[in-house]
Amino acid sequence: MTPSPLRLHKDLSRIWATGPGFQRLAAVNHTILGLRFMVTSAVFFAIGGVLSMMIRAQLATPHSAFIGPEIYNQIFTMHGTIMMFLFAIPMLEGLAIYLLPKMLGARDLAFPRMTAYGYWCYLFGGSILVIALILGVAPDSGWFMYTPLSSKPYSPGINADVWLLGVTFVEISALTMAVELTVSILKLRAPGMTLARMPIFAWYILVTAVMMVVGFPPLILASILLEVERAFDLPFFDATRGGDPLLWQHLFWLFGHPEVYIIFLPAAGALSIIIPTFAQRPLVGYRAVIVALVAMAFLSFGIWVHHMFTVGIPHMALAFFSAGSALVAVPTGVQIFAWLATLAHGRPRWDVPMLYVFGFFFVFVAGGLTGVMLAMVSFNWQAHDTHFVVAHLHYVLVGGFVFPMLAALYYWLPNVTGRQSVHRISVTAFWLIFIGFNLTFWHMHLTGLLGMPRRIYTYTEADGWTWLNLVSSMGGFILTMGFALVAMDILLQMRLGRRFRRDPWRAGTLEWAIATPPPPYAFASIPEVTERADRLPVREMGRSLAAGEGYLAHARNGWQETLGLHTTTGRPDQVVVLSRSTHLPLYTAIATCVVVLSLLFKVYWLALVGLAAVITLMLWTAQISGLRKDYGPLPIGHGIAVPPHTEVEGPPPWWALVMTLVADGTLFLSLIYGMFYLWLVAANWPPAAVMEPNLILTAVIAAGLVLPPLVARGALRANAKGRGILLWVGLAALGLAVAIAGLVFAIMQVPAPTRHAYSATTAAVLAYAVFHAGVGVLFLISNTLRWRAGFIAPRRGLDLRLTRLWLDYTAVTGVIGLGLVLVMPYLTEISGVQP
Amino acid sequence: MGRWLAVGAVVLVAGCDGPFSTLEPRGPAASSIANLWWGMLAGALILMALVLALFAFVMLAPKQASRIAPRHWIIWGGLGLPALVLPPLVGWSLVAGERLLPHPGADVAVVEVESFQFGWTFRYPEYGGIERDILHLPVGQPVDIHITTRDVIHAFWIPQLGGKLDAIPGHVNVLRLQADETGVYAGQCAEFCGTGHLPMRFETHVHAPEDLPAALGITAAADDQEEDQQP
Repeated sequence: MTPSPLRLHKDLSRIWATGPGFQRLAAVNHTILGLRFMVTSAVFFAIGGVLSMMIRAQLATPHSAFIGPEIYNQIFTMHGTIMMFLFAIPMLEGLAIYLLPKMLGARDLAFPRMTAYGYWCYLFGGSILVIALILGVAPDSGWFMYTPLSSKPYSPGINADVWLLGVTFVEISALTMAVELTVSILKLRAPGMTLARMPIFAWYILVTAVMMVVGFPPLILASILLEVERAFDLPFFDATRGGDPLLWQHLFWLFGHPEVYIIFLPAAGALSIIIPTFAQRPLVGYRAVIVALVAMAFLSFGIWVHHMFTVGIPHMALAFFSAGSALVAVPTGVQIFAWLATLAHGRPRWDVPMLYVFGFFFVFVAGGLTGVMLAMVSFNWQAHDTHFVVAHLHYVLVGGFVFPMLAALYYWLPNVTGRQSVHRISVTAFWLIFIGFNLTFWHMHLTGLLGMPRRIYTYTEADGWTWLNLVSSMGGFILTMGFALVAMDILLQMRLGRRFRRDPWRAGTLEWAIATPPPPYAFASIPEVTERADRLPVREMGRSLAAGEGYLAHARNGWQETLGLHTTTGRPDQVVVLSRSTHLPLYTAIATCVVVLSLLFKVYWLALVGLAAVITLMLWTAQISGLRKDYGPLPIGHGIAVPPHTEVEGPPPWWALVMTLVADGTLFLSLIYGMFYLWLVAANWPPAAVMEPNLILTAVIAAGLVLPPLVARGALRANAKGRGILLWVGLAALGLAVAIAGLVFAIMQVPAPTRHAYSATTAAVLAYAVFHAGVGVLFLISNTLRWRAGFIAPRRGLDLRLTRLWLDYTAVTGVIGLGLVLVMPYLTEISGVQP
Repeated sequence: MGRWLAVGAVVLVAGCDGPFSTLEPRGPAASSIANLWWGMLAGALILMALVLALFAFVMLAPKQASRIAPRHWIIWGGLGLPALVLPPLVGWSLVAGERLLPHPGADVAVVEVESFQFGWTFRYPEYGGIERDILHLPVGQPVDIHITTRDVIHAFWIPQLGGKLDAIPGHVNVLRLQADETGVYAGQCAEFCGTGHLPMRFETHVHAPEDLPAALGITAAADDQEEDQQP
């Protein structure tokens, strides 16, 4: 008994809609939040663009008196920071958030409240940075914040703290989005859509999201360590006290290099959808492209040192990174030639997105070729830190991201607005951007080879860079006019564009099977996919899905339902009941913002209050998540019934915790790497005093850490048999309490952490264990509350399994940390062999 | 088109000269790198023309382009082309880079450079002199520059003589340079180091070896005096 399409639409809309007025701030829907991410990042792009225009105005002529070095340093630092962290990453997240559920045949992402929380964190973190800029206290040590220039003695003001805290805030947002995207791709798709049938864009986002999960933690760690050094004087990067400024560079580029591919891959994913549509045939070499992009992801983590060819690393070691960097040309080439082959074997036609595809080919290939040049060590010694690198990175990032994103904008805007473009100014805008860009940056390569370093605020006539800079500045203003025209074009298209029924480009992906503009529930019913999901007959499917002929063609219990699949077989194995709109993510983000601001202004008691508020809000959120009843298998249509996600083995939250721990583990590894790096490489070792090995204390802490995971297993068994869990939970909490007390005592035994990096890293490793044990206690509190509220029951034991996983991780990393703390004093003795 | 001609004209007028030009090398290191650059530029232009021609080919004449099987596009373009270009390039670069390293040699002079916010001191262990912001080098003789810093990271760079090398707290980096002609060469800090980054420039005066002590303000007498003062 399928309801009428109109009835279905009304029922689903009632459940999924975001209310008006103040309720808008409670939105958790992926369409709304995806757009918010993209619009916000476009605003930041405009701000970054204004800054770049100030740079070009300053450099247009020699001896410019427009701005002095103090302001100029803030401007170029913020230009880079904004474009990287506040424009590129959030823009690709927004695109993925908006598109993925629609492309994969799901109604929303796996954790709608987390999407909202991620958005608010991004907005607040970005705003902190921009407000600092307006107040004239923006970061000013360059967007990669090299220590010791960014350390307290050389940057005593608040500027560097703004960067460290603001960017970390935004990074945490990015990490939550990465976890959410990974889990959503792995679990929430249309039945039958195996991984090998996913539209290629989903593959690109999957790889990107996993890269973010392992790529961001090194920078988050580095930022925390530097902020701790600045605030509490623990010397991680101070060479006079056993730290090393190069550790910052390693951790930064360990993030920073993959970052470039994190930005490029989603854009390439968009191209891999757009090019086949305009070639009017499916992508050639689907599997080769997947292999290429996975190879690219792996390579990108192994070549961070090519940003550090001039720091004095031995030449043979550099040769390894040089060859690795050159090797990136292979997977890049595979993708580029797969796109060319797609066009060659199709019937290519021109439209505005294809103009940008042409722009991409021209600009990105040039950037790739200069990239190979820069990978050559000796050439890099000359070109590094000059305008050659400035030109190269703009060719790569504008070619590899901005041009594809503009293609994507023109391609998917009709999906957002339900209207099609009426060209005319789109074409003019493209040529202004294309010509303006090349006029700015093409000969800037030469500016660099003529010796103009980056980040200088003026130059003299005698330096010989005058004409080159003037032309660049003129090009920059043409480029800006092009972007302004694009903005105007979009507004016009939203008002005046031609309405269309469905699938205006004759594409083959599911985002065109829904009504446009998209309804909040996306799919009235969820399709079955029986072939590769980039060549589907979407017009016909759209009609049948709207008529309720797919899965979940009903409004049940007021639930926001979508289907969860077995990851590899693509069979539906659960009904995922998603959370409805709520202000809690906003409140939690505000509380998080209070923490960040109090750390920034060093009001630490207020940070603790904010932290308590964050914890309370999160526990509260947990209290309204999940189901309090057993439902058993629920019919989803076509005679199939599957249980709700609360009653299955592998629901989305499980995978989310697994991915979170992958990120967390990367952070832990980075910390250990830092510890060993300083021991092996830094000057002024060994330390004057080391920790006395205390085996009894270590044993007590280890017992306190190892007991809870064992007890958690007891709790799981008790719950499965329908018995109470509180005794088990209490026992686990006791173990953690012992561990925390022991660890805090151990930290107090560390000899003067401000004296030497040995002590500082030891304290950091112990503090890491304290933090995890503390979060373990929160897990146990949540378990207690939710067990009492009836969310945890014999058939609904997910909470307890999450707790077990967390406690396992805490025990493993804690014991490893304890082992290191025991061993380090002995290792320091043999560090004397270092020159 | 007019715009491109204008750019071309500007580029030609500007040429490759200038006090900081890496394309007007005056030493073996800078020459080797400039040669690598010209080689790579030629290769890059050819490759870029090739990709753009292929793009034009597939867009304008997909019928002909479709005669090449899909897998051949990917294998020849994605694997073949890099296999053809990269190994010789990486090899060339590696060998060239290896030659520029500070290998031990009999006839190598030493200068100790200390950078600071914002300036340079140059110390000559051989002669015992110290100079600020002017570096004196002998012509035709390899020199090892030992680079250190007093505060933040700087980078020592004389573009006409060779590549740059960072000055990093807690580390000593050694750069091998040689000037083939006497004269004055411009040097600068290449790593952003704060508000005085731009003015952190220095001059390199290259002298005939016999003129070097005089340039350093050291007379034979002064040398003797210094030795006398040693206990």
